[in-house]
Amino acid sequence: MRRVFSLWDSTVGKKIMMATTGVILIGFVVGHMIGNLKVYQGADAFNHYAEGLRTVGEPFFGSGQLLWIIRIVLLAAVGIHILAAVQLVMRSRKARAIGYRKYEGDMVFSYASRTMTWGGLIILGFVVYHLMHLTFGNAHPDFVHGNAYHNFVTGFQSWPVSIAYILTMIPLGFHLYHGFWSMLQTFGATNPKMNHVRRPIAAALAGVVVLGNISFPVAVLAGLVGY
Amino acid sequence: MELNSRIPAGPVDEKWSRHRFEMKLVNPANKRKHKVIVVGSGLAGAAASATMAELGYDVDCFCFQDSPRRAHSIAAQGGINAAKNYQADGDSVQRLFYDTVKGGDFRAREANVHRLAEISLNIIDQCVAQGVPFAREYGGNLANRSFGGAQVSRTFYARGQTGQQLLLGAYQALEKEVRSGKVRMHTRHEMLDLVLIDGRARGIVTRDLMNGAIESWAADAVVLATGGYSNVFFLSTNAKGCNVTAIWRAHRRGAGFANPCFTQIHPTCIPPSGDYQSKLTLMSESLRNDGRIWVPVKQGDTRPPKDIPEAERDYYLERHYPSFGNLAPRDIASRRAKEAVDEGRGVGPSGVGVYLDFRDSIGRLGRDVIAERYGNLFDMYANITGENPYEVPMRIYPAPHYTMGGLWVDYNLMSTVPGLHVAGEANFSDHGANRLGASALMQGLADGYFILPLTIGDYIARMKPDDVDTSHPAFADVEREVREQAERLLSINGSRTVNDFHRELGALMWEYCGMARSEEGLRTALRKIPELREQFWRDVRVPGGAATLNQSLEHAGRVADFLEFAELMCYDALDRDESCGGHFRVEHETAEGEARRDDERFAHASVWEFTGVGNTPKKHREELTFESVQLAQRSYK
Amino acid sequence: MKLKLHVWRQNGPGNEGRFEDYVAENVSEHMSFLEMLDVVNEQLIARGDEPIAFDHDCREGICGSCGFMINGEPHGPLPSTTVCQLHMRNYRDGDELWIEPWRATAFPVIRDLIVDRSPLDRIVQAGGYISVRTGSAPEANNIAVPKANADLAMDAAECIACGACVAACPNASAMLFTGAKVTHLGALPQGQPERYTRVVEMVTMHDDEGFGHCTNHGACQTACPKNIKVDYIGRLNADLRKAKFRHPAG
Ligand SMILES: Cc1cc2nc3c(=O)[nH]c(=O)nc-3n(C[C@H](O)[C@H](O)[C@H](O)COP(=O)(O)OP(=O)(O)OC[C@H]3O[C@@H](n4cnc5c(N)ncnc54)[C@H](O)[C@@H]3O)c2cc1C
Ligand code: HEM
Ligand code: HEM
Ligand code: SF4
Ligand code: F3S
Ligand code: FES
Repeated sequence: MRRVFSLWDSTVGKKIMMATTGVILIGFVVGHMIGNLKVYQGADAFNHYAEGLRTVGEPFFGSGQLLWIIRIVLLAAVGIHILAAVQLVMRSRKARAIGYRKYEGDMVFSYASRTMTWGGLIILGFVVYHLMHLTFGNAHPDFVHGNAYHNFVTGFQSWPVSIAYILTMIPLGFHLYHGFWSMLQTFGATNPKMNHVRRPIAAALAGVVVLGNISFPVAVLAGLVGY
Repeated sequence: MELNSRIPAGPVDEKWSRHRFEMKLVNPANKRKHKVIVVGSGLAGAAASATMAELGYDVDCFCFQDSPRRAHSIAAQGGINAAKNYQADGDSVQRLFYDTVKGGDFRAREANVHRLAEISLNIIDQCVAQGVPFAREYGGNLANRSFGGAQVSRTFYARGQTGQQLLLGAYQALEKEVRSGKVRMHTRHEMLDLVLIDGRARGIVTRDLMNGAIESWAADAVVLATGGYSNVFFLSTNAKGCNVTAIWRAHRRGAGFANPCFTQIHPTCIPPSGDYQSKLTLMSESLRNDGRIWVPVKQGDTRPPKDIPEAERDYYLERHYPSFGNLAPRDIASRRAKEAVDEGRGVGPSGVGVYLDFRDSIGRLGRDVIAERYGNLFDMYANITGENPYEVPMRIYPAPHYTMGGLWVDYNLMSTVPGLHVAGEANFSDHGANRLGASALMQGLADGYFILPLTIGDYIARMKPDDVDTSHPAFADVEREVREQAERLLSINGSRTVNDFHRELGALMWEYCGMARSEEGLRTALRKIPELREQFWRDVRVPGGAATLNQSLEHAGRVADFLEFAELMCYDALDRDESCGGHFRVEHETAEGEARRDDERFAHASVWEFTGVGNTPKKHREELTFESVQLAQRSYK
Repeated sequence: MKLKLHVWRQNGPGNEGRFEDYVAENVSEHMSFLEMLDVVNEQLIARGDEPIAFDHDCREGICGSCGFMINGEPHGPLPSTTVCQLHMRNYRDGDELWIEPWRATAFPVIRDLIVDRSPLDRIVQAGGYISVRTGSAPEANNIAVPKANADLAMDAAECIACGACVAACPNASAMLFTGAKVTHLGALPQGQPERYTRVVEMVTMHDDEGFGHCTNHGACQTACPKNIKVDYIGRLNADLRKAKFRHPAG
């Protein structure tokens, strides 16, 4: 444990923490997207899945217990991820207190890497809204507790909501794309033989998640998913 | 001035081990009480500082760059010699010794050269252990190549950046000692004078280049490892900051200056392209392995090279030296190029240059092979000149490159001023009248790692302890002189820039004391240099103030010293009425145009004593005796 | 050709700086960029002004002294080239150039285009060496080094400590520099005993000097005149992780 905490001492260590939490978050986002695909199997399958989330782990865990453990891990991951991000970004601001009159650095590194902070903030905002929308329902005009399928369909039948979801998937994609590549670099997984496939894998991962997620509101609006 | 070379008795191959045994040792507990100043952080200075700190001395190291790693040693490309005989091609300490004495045209001290050859073995071990990434064979062993016409492969190299990697090794060792507190590194500090107390070197005065502060530093011994003075020619392959100031100031304070006229001209540099030219870039000599050197037969032939038919090309090196051809030694290749240019057969926009043509070897070996061998050099050439050497022949011209002369030192590397030691290119020690390729790096590291740290101990052990520090009035006096010089330079406010004077001095030296020297030319130079110096002190314009970073002022101080030193160089060249190695007097050539040595009259090192600016310096001699190597005339026919 | 220059002028550390406009006339395409500035400087001196101060020494692209931003690019537009090796044929008549010093809090401006890069030396002091007492080294060929390792070490060792990576990095991080040294020494058998303490000490010093962290942007690699690769930062990261979790040095 002392060693884990001592990671916090250096910028590289903080990055290792960010990457580790990033992996957890990526795992969640990917898994979440795959789970949501159940929506294409109809209301029962989806509701059953949503219910199943609460009962996984039984009988070793009580109803909802494992879900809470996962939630705590996720929350901790997000917390650490954000804390590290904030500290590092502040540091970077201080490291270049005086900027350039002219700076072509932007042309050089990719759009994705440059927008990590903004992307992260948008995702954070999105998640807050998303929880109020589909989990707690306080941002949902027609929320029915226990009927995830209903909430899902009626939620996305609203054009502004769907468009907001679709738009936020774009920064998410960039964050994932650079995040995954960057994570490999942070872990030092730089086997020269693998170098040329790192970018494509990151792009594929981001692409699948973004397309999968965008498909949900689109499907609802197109009437493919409904009653 | 007394010259005692302190060469140990005994057979040449036992002198160094015997001497090491005979030297006095400093009590380990006392070492940290002894301070040593090292000026210079090149191979010689960094190696010496790091090693002396390891031994326990308290070291102050100075350089004028912003980091010790930027010393000019960083620029050496080709390699470093060592008699390891890894190629099992018949090399040995004895052979390296022999080649070096002969290569120096019998103007070096046998005992020193033998020691250098012995130590060459340790140098490679040391550098490899430090992590210097020398080239390797597939089996994992160290690779070698042959260099500078040597008949054995004894040159170790790290791509084309050998000097860089060796210096980084020494630099890293130095920085380690800085961290441990045993070396205090003073970057951006220029030594401007030496301080003597009771006839011994006891400190230096520096200028902090960041803020102009003039400061004194005291020590038990002073080491100068300040590099060479090729920049007296303005245009040379040396870095812009290379200067003669440190050793010239020491010379003014009594250190004998040996063989100042022994300078080496490198044949394969990129010619100057205009009057804004600030320095010349060396192209590796290896290019001569596959390139053919030629000029048009006709004078003033300005046709593009491809339009000049074979019959109208003069492959002059192949013509003069059928057996060595384009690989003729540096001094010969250089002189022949100058001859061609002087005859009006030079090429390129300025007419100063000769072709180095790869057409035939590309035809014979294919473009790919040439690209593989010289690709990076071709790219560098293309970047600098804007011409594609695969299509158009390269243009090359000789440029000043290395200075064999320097402060005279005895076997312990101590100058004629007690306590003042000199290492690396700054001393005159091991190369005689000509330096073989890949042996300057060897000498710098031998001096720095293996010789000085021991011999300085011998000096310190024999010293009576005292408590001299910078409060001694001698320091205040020198500080005042240094300040006055800066103020004087700043107050002239004339009409010409420092660069302008430096350029003029350089052109003058190149003309009269360059590749070929004549009595008449040298006398002309001796008349013109004092005039130029007088003009400088009347008409130079140095803007800015003394108490800030002021690059014009730095340069002005260096040029002021070059203007005094240039005169000494010409006196020495005039006095040495023979041709040997890099020193070519037109009056002394054989029927074939080769250098003709005069061993009867000049088998000695000329050591000059300072007698005042503008006065004729006083000559002393160290006679050279050759017991292990037979004096022989070289022939490259 | 004729060029319009906007050059950062600053008299000393902590002073206010400003851009001054100059016109460089009769610029020959064969001049190096620094020679072009030399000519401008000669004119400034003739006019009674102080010349533009910039660091330089070898002018061969190897000492690492030179370097500043030209139109927002460290060492100018040419890849793998230091500004002393950049030639004016890369510019056109009438071009307008903004010339600025490296900007990083760890590299305070000393004067005009000169900055203080001594933090890079201190990063090396922290562990960028292999300890071996002079004279105590074993016979050089006793330890064979696979050619691939020797080549990797050499690739990484080419860094000239110019600071362009710091200048280019949006976080003003010196990780490329630090990674290059960690890789050079870590690739060789001789560098193994100190490998893990080295990386921890060097990264600590890097952070203490006030450089930013690396977010894997890669701008440094593009700016580097010596082709140092961001892969070496990956190697540094891996070494640090191993140092923390596997090695007593953590
Ligand atoms: C382009 C080029 C290529 C070369 N290639 C080879 C090669 O392949 N093989 C080979 O063996 N040799 C080669 N040489 C020669 C060799 O590099 C040098 O002779 C050698 O490196 C000199 O080392 P040094 O330590 O004596 O001096 P330098 O490395 O020149 O160091 C001088 C030091 O003194 C400091 N200094 C100088 N004056 C002052 C002052 N007044 N105050 C404070 N500090 C001062 C400088 O800051 C610097 O730290 C080459 C030389 C050149 C120019
Ligand atoms: C909740 C809000 C989030 C914020 C504010 C945020 C912020 C950031 C920032 C600023 C970075 C760049 C860090 C750096 O290298 O300096 C980053 C990296 C990363 N983020 Fe996020 N992020 C968030 C959510 C996520 C999510 C949901 C995921 C997973 C899908 C994720 C995965 C990653 C990964 C893998 C990295 C790369 C780490 C590395 O460089 O090694 N982040 N994040
Ligand atoms: C269009 C894409 C998405 C859809 C359709 C979707 C759908 C849902 C649904 C229906 C729920 C509620 C499950 C339930 O309460 O039973 C949910 C919960 C959640 N979603 Fe999403 N989601 C999407 C994208 C995302 C993204 C991109 C993230 C994170 C970056 C995310 C994070 C969460 C979280 C944290 C929860 C709460 C889980 C819990 O109960 O703890 N979602 N999502
Ligand atoms: S890594 Fe490249 S850019 Fe950075 S200091 Fe080294 S050479 Fe310069
Ligand atoms: S640009 Fe900066 S963010 Fe890292 S990859 Fe290079 S140091
Ligand atoms: S001046 Fe040495 S690298 Fe540019």
